[in-house]
Amino acid sequence: MPTHSWGRIKGQEKDSKILHWRKDAFALSQWTGPVLAYGLGRSYGDSCLINGGTLIQTSQLNKFRHFDPETGRLSCEAGLSIEDLLKFSVPRGWFIPVSPGTKYVTMGGAIANDVHGKNHHRRGTIGCHIIDLELMRSNGEHLQCSLQQEEALFRATIGGLGLTGLILSCTIQLIPIESPYIDAEMIKTTGLGEFFEIDRTSDQDYEYTVSWIDCMAKGDQRGRGVFIRGNHAKGGDLRSYSKQKSPLITMPIDAPEFTLNRFTIKAFNEAYYHKQFSKLKMVRQGFDPFFYPLDAVGNWNRIYGKKGLLQYQCTVPTNKVEDLKQLFDRIERSGQGSFLAVLKRFGNIASPGMMSYPSEGYTLALDFRNQGRKSIELFHELDKIVIRAGGKLYPAKDALMSALTFQTAYPQWKEFERYIDPKFQSMFWERVSTRG
Amino acid sequence: MVDQSKLAQESNRNLRAKDKESEKEKKNPHHVMIFGASSGIALEFARPFADRKARFTLIARDEDKLKDISADLYTRGAKNVAIVCYSLDALEGSYAATKEIIKQTEAPDTVLIAHGILGDNDALMKSPQAMDLLFRVNVLSPIGILMALEEAMGERKRGTIAVISSVAGDRGRASNFAYGSTKSAISEFTSGLRARLLPKGVFVLTVKPGMVATAMTEHLPRSPLMASPKKVSRDIIKAISQKTPVLYTPSFWRLIMFIIRHLPEFIFSRLKF
Repeated sequence: MPTHSWGRIKGQEKDSKILHWRKDAFALSQWTGPVLAYGLGRSYGDSCLINGGTLIQTSQLNKFRHFDPETGRLSCEAGLSIEDLLKFSVPRGWFIPVSPGTKYVTMGGAIANDVHGKNHHRRGTIGCHIIDLELMRSNGEHLQCSLQQEEALFRATIGGLGLTGLILSCTIQLIPIESPYIDAEMIKTTGLGEFFEIDRTSDQDYEYTVSWIDCMAKGDQRGRGVFIRGNHAKGGDLRSYSKQKSPLITMPIDAPEFTLNRFTIKAFNEAYYHKQFSKLKMVRQGFDPFFYPLDAVGNWNRIYGKKGLLQYQCTVPTNKVEDLKQLFDRIERSGQGSFLAVLKRFGNIASPGMMSYPSEGYTLALDFRNQGRKSIELFHELDKIVIRAGGKLYPAKDALMSALTFQTAYPQWKEFERYIDPKFQSMFWERVSTRG
Repeated sequence: MVDQSKLAQESNRNLRAKDKESEKEKKNPHHVMIFGASSGIALEFARPFADRKARFTLIARDEDKLKDISADLYTRGAKNVAIVCYSLDALEGSYAATKEIIKQTEAPDTVLIAHGILGDNDALMKSPQAMDLLFRVNVLSPIGILMALEEAMGERKRGTIAVISSVAGDRGRASNFAYGSTKSAISEFTSGLRARLLPKGVFVLTVKPGMVATAMTEHLPRSPLMASPKKVSRDIIKAISQKTPVLYTPSFWRLIMFIIRHLPEFIFSRLKF
């Protein structure tokens, strides 16, 4: 059965191989290429898929290697999921320093995409917290990479989309917590202006900030949304929290095409905005609903029907607010509503990753139903605005950007190419690395 | 029967009670011994015991794999992990090895015997060497281990021995009767041993999993009937604390195998599954 990415793009692998042990990978030099590692398949586009060749399934490679309860340094195999990491670390008073929007991500995948979270302004990307990683190369080299040794390969592997070799294990610096709960505040915002204002004043005092934007709202409602900010709660019992049963419900089948249309999306956004009556709501909630609200619905991508969904995530520099507004205009005019639009400001903490996506500026993430031609046209229009503003797109989410768009946004791609393991290939890289 | 209920309390305390490690357990942690420790089910079985700070003796062929498992269990909280590299493929060898291991590490509280080969029935029918190895690994070696365990655990009058058999052992099917008959031998041997050890306070559990998604079945197409090693190991731990003598896991196999066992031979022998 061929593999799919989260956006329901079909992989074209000839074969797949389950990795159970680190030592299984020591024979990498004898495997026939091309190969690519596949963890939990949460990449939306085609960066986790391969055309021909062998997909190496890593999610069984999920053993811990070592934990130091004094320093909070955890070593684990690359297929360990963030879910399993947290199950282990939270009762011991430690949390993952940077968390993406789903816990169904392997550590190897988190490194390969140099994932970011709601605290980018405070802690940068996950790559900033990776102390070392174990990399197997197809020439038989078995390397420990860190900022101290094999530095170039370490930097290339963080955000390297799994192309620099097979990541077998890593060591991550966790952050101490006193409680499994988050003190969260939800503030209704009337427009982008208010978003910028709250965002500016929240950086200092809040570990986590993110904003949901209603991109269906028009007129004087435009840009309204809910600004969400929070901190790890102080004090309390680390074990008191009964973790969320995962997942609560599961989409058993693909929803029919008509489920998401302009009207249902508008209704959803309307309901989400008005669910909160007061301007400010303060709650103490478990880390699951705060970080991973969508994980409560298994296979939520099926809501988008058989053709799947397309994500569009871009970043524009902080001083290009006008271009950000243009993106919203363009989406509004297209009539292709985004079910969920998320806006966040990235801080200026640089990642060690050579190809890392986040950089200082505003990042906007949008979900669209895949409407074929219509979606492609809209995305290419958006690409133009982003590129003109000096911004870029997130490879982990992308399925459509052109080679030119990619190469303009990531001029370091040529230097990166020198570190790609010749046996590794992905559909994404084939697409964006073409010349001409 | 008095010993039985005492044992049930003990395993409940070890597995369920939250953070109430008694002084006795601290000094003398629960000892888990696993034969075929690198099998897919074994690792998942061991993890909850590691969370409860048990100590382990792990037996398997491959040292690198044992070291990786031992790192995982230590990280989760295991008090001690002893690893023994040994090829479990003969009766006398396995018997002697088990005796020696027990001499050095003391008798275990909980044992899982999990090693085995699946093999391809057609290929096995053409290779006497392969058929011989299948029976040595799947039947003779576990019997050797069980003989040694009977002595040691019977003396101590407590503990649990869980042995992985298979639903394939319930009736010989055309497509995998070689493997099936090895498992049938295990089911029958453990059935008798259970009766023999019952008065001595040692509980023997026969585990009959259906297809499990592990390295052993990697070449087979994944099907909805295939269970995860995590699910199977959870069921085993539950069966130990509830003292279920024969565990079908997942439980729907009990019904399926009931039907298969009761099909009249003239129909069954025409089925090629």
